[in-house]
Amino acid sequence: MSNQKNDLAQTGRPVLDVRNLAVSLAGNPSAKVVSDVSFTVHPGETVCVVGESGSGKSVTAFSIMGLLSREALHCSGGRIELDGENVLEADKERLRALRATRMAMIFQEPMTALNPVETVGEQIDEVLRIHKRMGRKARREKVMEMLEAVHLPEPERIYSSYPHQLSGGQRQRVVICIALILEPRLLIADEPTTALDVTTQKQILLLIRELQEKHNTAVLFITHDFGVVADIADRVVVMNRGEVVEVGTREQILSAPDKDYTRMLVSSVPSLVPEAREAHDGDIVLSVKGLGKVYAQKRFLGARREVAAAVDVDLTVRRGEILGVVGESGSGKSTVARCIVRLQDPTQGEVVVCGENIAAARGSALLSVRKRIQMVFQDPFRSLNPRLTVGESIIEGLTNFGVARAQALRRAGELMGLVGLPADALKRYPHQFSGGQRQRICIARALALEPDVLVADEAVSALDVSVQAQVLELLDDIRRKTGVGVLFITHDLRVAAQICDTIMVMQKGKIVEFGPAADVLTSPKQPYTRLLLEAAPGRHWDFQNFRPLPL
Amino acid sequence: MFSYVIKRAVATLPVMAMVAVVVFAMLRLTPGDPAAILAGDDASGAQLEAIRRSMGLDQPIMVQLYVWMKQLAQGDLGVSLLSGTPVLEMIGGRIGPTLSLAVLTILLTIVVAIPMGVVAARNPGGLLDRTVMTFSVLGFSIPTFVIGYLLIYAMALKLGWFPVQGYSSVDKGLWPFFQRLVLPTLALSGIYIALVARMTRSSVIDVMGEDFIRTARAKGAKETSVLLRHALRNAAVPIVTVIGIGVASLITGVVVTESVFNLPGLGRLVVEAVLARDYPVIQGLILLFSFTYVLINLAVDILYTVFDPRIRY
Repeated sequence: MSNQKNDLAQTGRPVLDVRNLAVSLAGNPSAKVVSDVSFTVHPGETVCVVGESGSGKSVTAFSIMGLLSREALHCSGGRIELDGENVLEADKERLRALRATRMAMIFQEPMTALNPVETVGEQIDEVLRIHKRMGRKARREKVMEMLEAVHLPEPERIYSSYPHQLSGGQRQRVVICIALILEPRLLIADEPTTALDVTTQKQILLLIRELQEKHNTAVLFITHDFGVVADIADRVVVMNRGEVVEVGTREQILSAPDKDYTRMLVSSVPSLVPEAREAHDGDIVLSVKGLGKVYAQKRFLGARREVAAAVDVDLTVRRGEILGVVGESGSGKSTVARCIVRLQDPTQGEVVVCGENIAAARGSALLSVRKRIQMVFQDPFRSLNPRLTVGESIIEGLTNFGVARAQALRRAGELMGLVGLPADALKRYPHQFSGGQRQRICIARALALEPDVLVADEAVSALDVSVQAQVLELLDDIRRKTGVGVLFITHDLRVAAQICDTIMVMQKGKIVEFGPAADVLTSPKQPYTRLLLEAAPGRHWDFQNFRPLPL
Repeated sequence: MFSYVIKRAVATLPVMAMVAVVVFAMLRLTPGDPAAILAGDDASGAQLEAIRRSMGLDQPIMVQLYVWMKQLAQGDLGVSLLSGTPVLEMIGGRIGPTLSLAVLTILLTIVVAIPMGVVAARNPGGLLDRTVMTFSVLGFSIPTFVIGYLLIYAMALKLGWFPVQGYSSVDKGLWPFFQRLVLPTLALSGIYIALVARMTRSSVIDVMGEDFIRTARAKGAKETSVLLRHALRNAAVPIVTVIGIGVASLITGVVVTESVFNLPGLGRLVVEAVLARDYPVIQGLILLFSFTYVLINLAVDILYTVFDPRIRY
């Protein structure tokens, strides 16, 4: 937004005024989760609260709504004024009356934010029933109006649909309906687009902006994504470890941040423009030809329903090369990865690893393939067995293939060094490590068998940007040292730009575009690739150099 | 949905056939001779042989099985070896008390246990929760017959509110009917209330941690409405499952209660038939019980779709 608008926003009385907020663990007032947090949000203004996981940004948001879980956390100090009224002193009744009417919230996970056993219409209607005295017919009309206002197609059908019958973007629109139907003064959005595809994200951000302008709503937007900040923020609050690091206008924060932490955060946003990379001309380690996967659902007394998750996929990975597969959810990228690793059986085509077709390998043949191709999964919190020490997890593959225990442990020790963890990490359990460290462990586990091909499925998506950068560097380093070929699945074009030599764009199970990373990301030939790039948030900003990008 | 019910109903037949064969085989493998029991201690060998022949027990086992299965296919459960009464008729005469007791127990369980579970889940670790959980532990650990005798002692013998035992069918008046079922129902429902209350509590607590509960609170919904409208219905599937298991085990598990309160129901019929080695009656009863199990499972599966729109067959 323009500076003029910012000035305008600053002068009036703020809708939300948070002063010296402190949140502590319940029963231990000195254990502060959030302390001394102050900021304001004015009518029509969008304030972004940015920070990495554990920064206290969500806790702050929930404090405003009075939605902290009582057993775990409580507000131990400061004030939260909503139009001059301190909500920390409001009793339960008052707080309930304020919710949805004066302040409302939308959440990160549209998949779980709605009650699965009630129709969408009933759930929006509930807001009206709680807060308004309106007849059934008037309520229904109002809900229909709102469904149209968030641009949902066929409001009548959506009204009587259950959440599971809608897509993620549609569900988020429904959540927005619930939040905004009573035209609250303040909208709190807690990472509302993090779980969505980029193109859907763009639409939802536009929708929030549209409704905000219509009703002059104050928006408090919680996010970890500086791309989104660059696109929507008027002002930015940077948080770290429960404290405010810096508050400023979007321009100040993005182009001339005061604090080192802010500089670090902003500059670790990867660029959308890849560095020039040399073409690889080593041996082909993985070659996939005409790969197809059809999911068939058998039905009693009915036709078989078939879904083609991957159609005619061709790709090659050379020694030391990183091939990125990008696409939105449902594009088939994970299916391709799973078929290549043979966690799923492809229904068509060849998967050739070092000259051997493994597409139909069974039994012992398949077993020997496992040694050559390994996978790193998306969620480092769930992909390690919590009851096994890290060492046991890492050597399991080696001992399965007959390596003596002592020798396997020695190898595990070396691997710890390779992924930058201390050797004593082997004796500890997964829960004793952070997300980034766990992903390093997963990479070490995958490398234990010295595979020729590593398949990484959204391997850094669950990590904070600064940690993401470190893990990506590690992967880059490992492929240089070991020559392993990497198939890197991601939905994030910035991540792809950072690490991939070549990029393959997938849509609806098919390859749309394929080429060197620099070509695909800077001069895309296909409309779909262009669409993806245009939807990438913050693409007009050069984060590393703190300046706008020339268009 | 309809085709699903048909499919399940058809699938019942082979299950019942297998149950029939297993029951038949098990009875012939257990020691004991119905003819000897009927004839008494003083019977001569020839008399015994004659009785066996009249019962058809002199035939080879495979022939006996064939005859029985043929009867079954025609919907005939055979006649009692002892009294000569058709098994179906015997069951008809004894099913009233059992069914009444089972239905009342389930109703009482649902009416008491689900609110108890919800109240406990409202504030886990609170006073109400601990009270409910204590009751639940007691309900689990005190045997039904102990509760039964305690109730008889207190409410029948001391207070004189209810008769000590016996049964009066509905057609002889509603009040005597209920009066005689109150204590057995209370005694029997203890364990089921404990079970269902526990399941309701834990499954509501689970649901209360879900994201959509937070959404409901963010709408400004009252805590009661959050609990009842949003949490309870989502918690329904495991609760319905447990109630289903409860109903099934009720039908077959009333033996003790019927004995304590001297109710002439199916449970006592089973005991009598087993003691007399009255094969057709035992077989008929076990078939009936298995059939009930299958039906209840089907009913529970259909109920799932009522509570959760995501479940469709």
